[in-house]
Amino acid sequence: MIRVVLPQHLRTLARVDGDVELEVAGPVTQRAILDALEARYPMLRGTIRDHLTGQRRPFLRFFACEQDLSLDPPDAPLPDAVASGSEPFFIIGAIAGG
Amino acid sequence: MSKIRVLVGTKKGAFILASDGKRERWDIRGPHFAGWEIYHMKGSPSDPNRLYASQTSSWFGQIIQRSDDGGKTWHQPGTPPGEPTTTPEGLPKGESNKFVYDTSPETGKPLTTHQFYDGTQHPWEFKRVWHLEASLTDPDTVYAGVEDAALFRSTDGGRTWQELAGLRGHGTGRQWSPGAGGMALHTILLDPSNHKRMFVAISAAGTFRSDDAGKSWKPINRGLRSEYIPDPNAEVGHCVHRIAMHGSRPNVLFMQKHWDVMRSDNAGESWHEVSGNLPTDFGFVIDVHAHEPETIYVIPIKSDGEHFPPEGKLRVYRSCTGGNEWEALTKGLPQSNCYVNVLRDAMAVDALDKCGVYFGTTGGQVYCSPDAGDNWSPIVRDLPAVLSVEVQTLA
Repeated sequence: MIRVVLPQHLRTLARVDGDVELEVAGPVTQRAILDALEARYPMLRGTIRDHLTGQRRPFLRFFACEQDLSLDPPDAPLPDAVASGSEPFFIIGAIAGG
Repeated sequence: MSKIRVLVGTKKGAFILASDGKRERWDIRGPHFAGWEIYHMKGSPSDPNRLYASQTSSWFGQIIQRSDDGGKTWHQPGTPPGEPTTTPEGLPKGESNKFVYDTSPETGKPLTTHQFYDGTQHPWEFKRVWHLEASLTDPDTVYAGVEDAALFRSTDGGRTWQELAGLRGHGTGRQWSPGAGGMALHTILLDPSNHKRMFVAISAAGTFRSDDAGKSWKPINRGLRSEYIPDPNAEVGHCVHRIAMHGSRPNVLFMQKHWDVMRSDNAGESWHEVSGNLPTDFGFVIDVHAHEPETIYVIPIKSDGEHFPPEGKLRVYRSCTGGNEWEALTKGLPQSNCYVNVLRDAMAVDALDKCGVYFGTTGGQVYCSPDAGDNWSPIVRDLPAVLSVEVQTLA
């Protein structure tokens, strides 16, 4: 089971508390996680990646295992610890403002 | 007794203010969608419990919310609560947030470029919904004015959206440019006597009219003069801040332009200035009395470089002659040290016998006058910066 940590505003939209757990079929990649997330919580479509291009929205970042994975290819395998569920996949809203 | 519902969009959420017809005591509810920018909320004239809201964020993009019970509960119409989250074919829903410019050969127009702040050409990119305008007759039909400027329509209660691409693609788009707040279609007026006629306004392009229900459009800016563009009398490029009409006389339009208050008596074919004795003719809002089509309201703002009332005095100006002759309305409004702004979608009127006038400020106040502007008092003082105010008069 994959664990995903959403920013608070997306938890509110998805009407969930705490981490989200997802089944991901096949290789565990950013794209596979986001596909599974949007299939289960369709109200999140367009909030993390653009509806049309599939590109990550510019003020969001993806972290896992103390690494910034935001610029990795969307089909690159994620760390084993994410695939096994021992470490969560973080979707982070960039801190902007001051 | 009639009731009033005021829909307030702010920088950090939505608020719903309700009162009876006396408009003295108010019930304040909110924030809904706390932390998000609510550019606009609008109720359906044919079903006042049907509300639409534009919820937006630089982080998470555009969300459309809908209420079917007057704002008590909300949902994204593409994913109603309790319904399956996928279609029978297994495809995910959630389409209500999807605004994609129509470039199809059948109904669309190619995605072109527009002029950017630095004069270069810039690609059209969807950013957010600025304004929602519900159909006068069908609660499931609603129009959305968006940034970068285009007009969308939903005919299924906000579940899905289709661009009316004839506006964006009518031919002058390369000359449109963003105002300071972005290149937004911010005003949509529907003609109650002719369901095929509608007007929109775009900053900074100007005003446009359709006579075939949004299929084709033409610029209607003759008479506007803007010193900040190379040809001050150009067909497009004018920074129109807001237009307004009275439903009984849809050929008469009023405009608050960047500078200048303007009037048209022929459905926008030509305009003439009616700024008259205003202390400054810069401003954002303009609206019309519910029962007196020649009575109009503006709130002068000092200048485009100083977005606050002249002399620190918050004054609504009323003209009972359709412009040119203006009187300051000050009773109950701060007359010293007031440096708020009033944004373009933040004024509205109710339809009670004694017309109520409302506006919201960037300082978080929402003011009400229950007597057409003679006396004012704040309904609330400390909301987040107000982006929009709409009023529903409920039987």
